[in-house]
Amino acid sequence: MRIWQGIVFACGVGVALIGCGGPKEEGGAAGGGARKQTLEGAVSVDGSSTVFPISQALAEEFMNENQGVNVTVAESGTGGGFKKFGRGEIDITGASRPIEPSEDETCKKNGVEYIELPVAFDGLTVVVNSKNTWAESLTVAELKKIWEPGSKINNWSQVRAGFPNKPLKLYGPGTDSGTFDYFCEAITGGKGKSRSDYTASEDDNVLVQGVAGDEGALGYFGIAYYEENKDKIRAVKIDGGEGPVEPSAETVRNGRYKPLSRPLFLYVNLKSLDKPQVKAYVDFCLAKAEKLVSQVGYVPLPSQAYEIAKKIVAEKRTGSRFMGETAKGLKIEDILAKEK
Amino acid sequence: MSIERYRKRVTARGVKDLLFTNLCFVATLIGIVLLAVLLYSVFRDGSQRLSWDFLNSFPSRFPEKAGIKSALFGSLWVVVLTGAIAVPTGIAAAIYLEEFQRRRTWLTELIQVNISNLAGVPSIVYGLLGLAVFVRWMALDRSVISGALTMALLILPMLITVSQEALKAVPDSYREGSLALGATQWQTIYRQVLPAALPGILTGVILSLSRALGETAPLILIGAVSFVRFVPEGLGSSFTVLPIQIFNWTSQPQKGFQEAAAAGIIVLLVVLLSLNATAIYLRHRASRHA
Amino acid sequence: MTQARATEDRRKARTGVDRFRRPPGPGLFLETTIRWVCFAAAAVSILTTLGIVFVLVKEAYLFFRQVSPLEFFTGTRWAPLFQPRSFGVIPLIVGTLMITVGAGLIAIPLGTLVGLYLSEYASLKVRAVVKPALEILAGIPTVVYGYFGVFFVTPLLRVFFPSVEVFNVASGAIVVGIMILPLVSSLCEDALSAVPRSLREGAYALGATKFEVGWRTVFPAALSGIMASFVLALSRAIGETMAVTLAAGMSPKLTFNPAESIQTMTAYIVQISRGDTPAGTVEYQTIFAVGVTLFAFTMAMNIVAIRLVKRFRQVYS
Repeated sequence: MRIWQGIVFACGVGVALIGCGGPKEEGGAAGGGARKQTLEGAVSVDGSSTVFPISQALAEEFMNENQGVNVTVAESGTGGGFKKFGRGEIDITGASRPIEPSEDETCKKNGVEYIELPVAFDGLTVVVNSKNTWAESLTVAELKKIWEPGSKINNWSQVRAGFPNKPLKLYGPGTDSGTFDYFCEAITGGKGKSRSDYTASEDDNVLVQGVAGDEGALGYFGIAYYEENKDKIRAVKIDGGEGPVEPSAETVRNGRYKPLSRPLFLYVNLKSLDKPQVKAYVDFCLAKAEKLVSQVGYVPLPSQAYEIAKKIVAEKRTGSRFMGETAKGLKIEDILAKEK
Repeated sequence: MSIERYRKRVTARGVKDLLFTNLCFVATLIGIVLLAVLLYSVFRDGSQRLSWDFLNSFPSRFPEKAGIKSALFGSLWVVVLTGAIAVPTGIAAAIYLEEFQRRRTWLTELIQVNISNLAGVPSIVYGLLGLAVFVRWMALDRSVISGALTMALLILPMLITVSQEALKAVPDSYREGSLALGATQWQTIYRQVLPAALPGILTGVILSLSRALGETAPLILIGAVSFVRFVPEGLGSSFTVLPIQIFNWTSQPQKGFQEAAAAGIIVLLVVLLSLNATAIYLRHRASRHA
Repeated sequence: MTQARATEDRRKARTGVDRFRRPPGPGLFLETTIRWVCFAAAAVSILTTLGIVFVLVKEAYLFFRQVSPLEFFTGTRWAPLFQPRSFGVIPLIVGTLMITVGAGLIAIPLGTLVGLYLSEYASLKVRAVVKPALEILAGIPTVVYGYFGVFFVTPLLRVFFPSVEVFNVASGAIVVGIMILPLVSSLCEDALSAVPRSLREGAYALGATKFEVGWRTVFPAALSGIMASFVLALSRAIGETMAVTLAAGMSPKLTFNPAESIQTMTAYIVQISRGDTPAGTVEYQTIFAVGVTLFAFTMAMNIVAIRLVKRFRQVYS
């Protein structure tokens, strides 16, 4: 019957297409002296979508130098990543917040020991429309007034005397993102403490569009999205008690931009470190992060912090130093240097 | 009734007919126009990014270097596997419900309600199910086969329903004639009923595989990654698919990624078109035979 | 011998027709095997449902031990991650219903008309082009529809209704409606085409216009297939995830205004499972509570729909 022949033919084409997948590697970096051909195997990375660009960059460079290793990076979210990490299903997870006590419990229950490594800073940037000429800077107290739960402020004139009478439209990340959690903890004083009548979106590009299209808009998201859209939106200087500070790579790195600089983490399964390719990957991350992180729009830690992190890996110091408290205000090297 | 009233009625009916014809035509036009608008906006953003390099490279943090190879092959693998699993199962289930059990027993009622119900379950719940059953319980890990099994479960209800309707539409005279000539039930189904129902079944196959191609959420839960630099090497391989890659690119801040995403959508549509074209061709041949 | 006859008689009574003629020799084995294989395939659906129920109820049970079901099902404020917390699921249900009804209002009339056009009026050539073209609409990834809704439909709506928010129900409903349109149109067209020509020819012979043939003769005869397509499309609309997540918004509030943003049950599930909430907490378990609610909802809707379809079939077949 010709129909069945036709169906078989179609399936055959499908299989043939799959078969000609072609060679594995493409576009490996030319040159690059030490081609460690001896490393082989896989490294599985998952976690926060905020940390994803960093992991992707590190994975890409690492695979350029080590053709035999396959590093895959997924984006299940910080919570989703910890869920898999806690069961020992993945080697490394990226997180935009420190591990929570309940997640630590899950790790303990499944016999997973981990090493906590801060890898970069993200500067949460408060932005306004480029036509907004009045809000050059805002204090933390003013931000709190705007964003705290039950706040009825919907006009700029209510924020500070002297601001024009223009409606205030708020944009921000969804309640389930690390960005939201961090902003609440840093500005309004507690997780989830935020008014609920703002335009929420998980996609920061959409927030950019929203702020860029609305004269009285105010929004917040990661610094990378601000940097890419400087022509459409303006960053507000934040006064954290020592005068207004502009968000930039420098001010985030040296801690002046506070309290909205948040650290991003990589958590590594201790047992996975026994695999040579994972160990090589982690070492590579700590060595190259300083350079690669700024390429993808984030802010590197002070060089000292990376040195301490390398020592933590070498000494296999497990456990979290950031769990249950926010790092606002504290210098990151100090936290790392603390014994657990 | 008088001749004038009769003539008026005929004219009235004729007018209604004309109105209705145009209404239907306009409705169809709306559908086509919407499709055209969607396609235009996608092509406008993505066409300059399309190139052999784009198809043949892997993703990268540099928008100019980013390519869609791993996603394309991942999608092909998943769709072909899903089809191979779901289509025979779906058709077999529909045959059972329509041919082997003509009288409604409590069991068939239960299965029927189940199937209708499953069609409305959000895709992400299938992701949760797939994660628990295929990835963890069956220890298939975050692989192509887990993804395909999950997607197969997702599209099965629609496939079964459409196949059932196709089988119902085959007139009983076909079956009775075949049986009267001494054929067994399976022979009747295989040689008479199925070929007659094939065009309808193929519509169902087209619609469900198209859906499988475009799904994101359940595969993310299964563990499809967002960044992988190799083409799937076997059933147990990690993978990514086109919608996930596109979704990932659209959420990146760099402008270049928006264009890459649009180009990715074009690639996805081309794959979709080829899939549809094959099935449509087969459907066309099948309906001529019937 | 008598026992075999008794079995056959029982089988006749059960299946209604003597279809299972005893084929000679090894043929019986083949027939029986195939019957069991097909049964197994159909039983997969039951296994799937059991699996889903198990996965959902396991965690939802833990949730309902901490949050009273009364508060959950009658509360009108959904704010599990805000302080103060509140777990009333009604805003999500209303949001889901608004999107589903809106999408249905768009897709069902349009889809039926298109199906009618393709089967009754269009020439074979037009049909060969338009039907596949519409099926392409069904395959466009849901995320693309979401972005289409945010970046195209909403600005367009704003031209006519400037007070429409960035995320709103109307956008979501329109976009989902477009997405399920091909489901309705393709399946309606299939159902209508399957009606035997004799029915049409009889009607034409009696002097009916094309409209009357289509609407009064063919349409009722194909009703069961058409209703099945409606149910399928609405089920898809209820379960739609990514498009509404992007276009309809993430603000679970109780409102009936289509210009405002809401959140559907599915969008909420996506938001939490891809987000940063730690697993094992009450907030995370809300996914499963909402999932169970959604499942129960579709189950109820389907039982009603099946009853309706059965009634229509009886009248016209």
